[in-house]
Amino acid sequence: MPTGLAGQHDSRTAVLNAEAAERLLAAYAGGEPAEPVIERHPAADVSDAYAIQRAQVVRWIAAGDQVAGYKVGLTSRAMQLQSNVDQPDYGHLMRSMFAPEHVPIPATMFIQPRVEPEVAFVLSRPLRGPGVTIADAVCAIDCLLPALEIIDSRIRDWRITIVDTIADNASSGAVVLGGRPVSPRAIDLRLAGCVLYRNGEIAATGVGGAVLGSPLNSLTWLANTLGPLGVTLEAGHVVLTGSMTRATPVAPGDRVSASFAGLGSVSVQFAPEQQEAAR
Amino acid sequence: MTSQGVWTPEVVADLLLTAESSRTPVGSVTGRWPDFDLAAAYRTQDVGMKRRTARGERVVGVKLGLTSPAKQRQMQVDTPSVAWLTDAMELPPATVVPRSRLIHPRAEPEIVFVLGEELAGPGVTAARAMHAVSAVLGGIEIIDSRYSGFRFTLPDVIADNNSSSRYVTGSVQVNPDGFDLALEGCLLEVDGQVVDSATGAAVLGNPAHALAFAANQLAERGHALQPGWVVLTGGLTEAVPLAPGSHIAAHFSHLGSVVIKAD
Repeated sequence: MPTGLAGQHDSRTAVLNAEAAERLLAAYAGGEPAEPVIERHPAADVSDAYAIQRAQVVRWIAAGDQVAGYKVGLTSRAMQLQSNVDQPDYGHLMRSMFAPEHVPIPATMFIQPRVEPEVAFVLSRPLRGPGVTIADAVCAIDCLLPALEIIDSRIRDWRITIVDTIADNASSGAVVLGGRPVSPRAIDLRLAGCVLYRNGEIAATGVGGAVLGSPLNSLTWLANTLGPLGVTLEAGHVVLTGSMTRATPVAPGDRVSASFAGLGSVSVQFAPEQQEAAR
Repeated sequence: MTSQGVWTPEVVADLLLTAESSRTPVGSVTGRWPDFDLAAAYRTQDVGMKRRTARGERVVGVKLGLTSPAKQRQMQVDTPSVAWLTDAMELPPATVVPRSRLIHPRAEPEIVFVLGEELAGPGVTAARAMHAVSAVLGGIEIIDSRYSGFRFTLPDVIADNNSSSRYVTGSVQVNPDGFDLALEGCLLEVDGQVVDSATGAAVLGNPAHALAFAANQLAERGHALQPGWVVLTGGLTEAVPLAPGSHIAAHFSHLGSVVIKAD
């Protein structure tokens, strides 16, 4: 292809990427979901999707937010089969996405929220790939915290392909961390059990090994994926490693909690409808 | 099928035992005899057990089925079911499952209890039930419906001894005291690949409830759980097909690993 045409193609793609980012930002602002990215940008690939994601992160940073860590998604075989991929994906965790435990969250903050139980790693020192091993990863972890990730999609009815979810910050919504830190030396994460409860009923169960064989594999994958892009995981960053169970949908007034063997529990309360109406 | 005729528990039990021994699945019993109800199904299951003991098998315990909300919804029931295990169903550890003698086997990981004393309903609570447990083990159950395509109604599957076929228990025996059964995790692998995971909470919230349910339900049928019996408490995950030559491994948090291979 002559360079002139290639340049034209690149600039056309850049415009389509920028437009997709704007539509997703508008969905956050208006609470109305967007149509799938690939409808107006059918040629978008995974690298375009990450470019669309980064464009939104840049806007959030410009508005005063900060990157506090990352989430790894599509970590279970079931999710990878469903998305027809053999790799996980990642999204950015912004400071504004961290919600405290024991304070009701308005469900209206989200478009179509679901909750997933995960192990969060808090890093004590920088970690940068490529070449990060499990041993490097373990040594860079300060502590583990039980976590609930509230996932959400700015794409209508969760009609997402891999490109759509990556473009939409890996369907991130919010994070609630439990308060009891545990040493990575104290637990066999692969076989640690997890029970997810919604309104007192068991919604799902699973173990850490459902996450890429072990949640530690999520951290090494993330460090080794970000490194070549010039991104370092920093001390203090939080890494959400991926869901141990299938996600449970939530509605206003719901209470969701997760118990983890060796890690304790974490819960989130969504504000009831009338409280939201009064806002 | 010969005639529409009349069913008796003996006729249905023999039909299902023949299907098992000849590896020839049959159509639904309730499809043929719509008045075949739950009471008839349990009578049939008990006749089947008597047929097995008459040919030399010994009852070594029971298994529970329909313990997960998903399966209960699928079968439109709100209680589990209980069926018999005999010594002929037990396979040694790290065994080759004789798939060639089965119809369309599936495997599911389970938490297994061994009883140290008799446990007789009615009125057995989960706490009372656990008092009778001497050891907790991991296990894999092989289920193999005698109905074509696993297509059955609730009375059908109960008459078919809840699709019981074979089972394997692990080599780690854990004292139940101070053991959190609800958070005991299990990672299921097929041919080295993680396919599913769950914890004990997937079984009626806690396998202790499954044991109590079994004791109470058997009391209604005139039986009590005996010392030394094993109780397979119910599938932790969905059952996975046991393909020819496949390896299935269930790795438990505290109950070791149970591995089987299909021939």
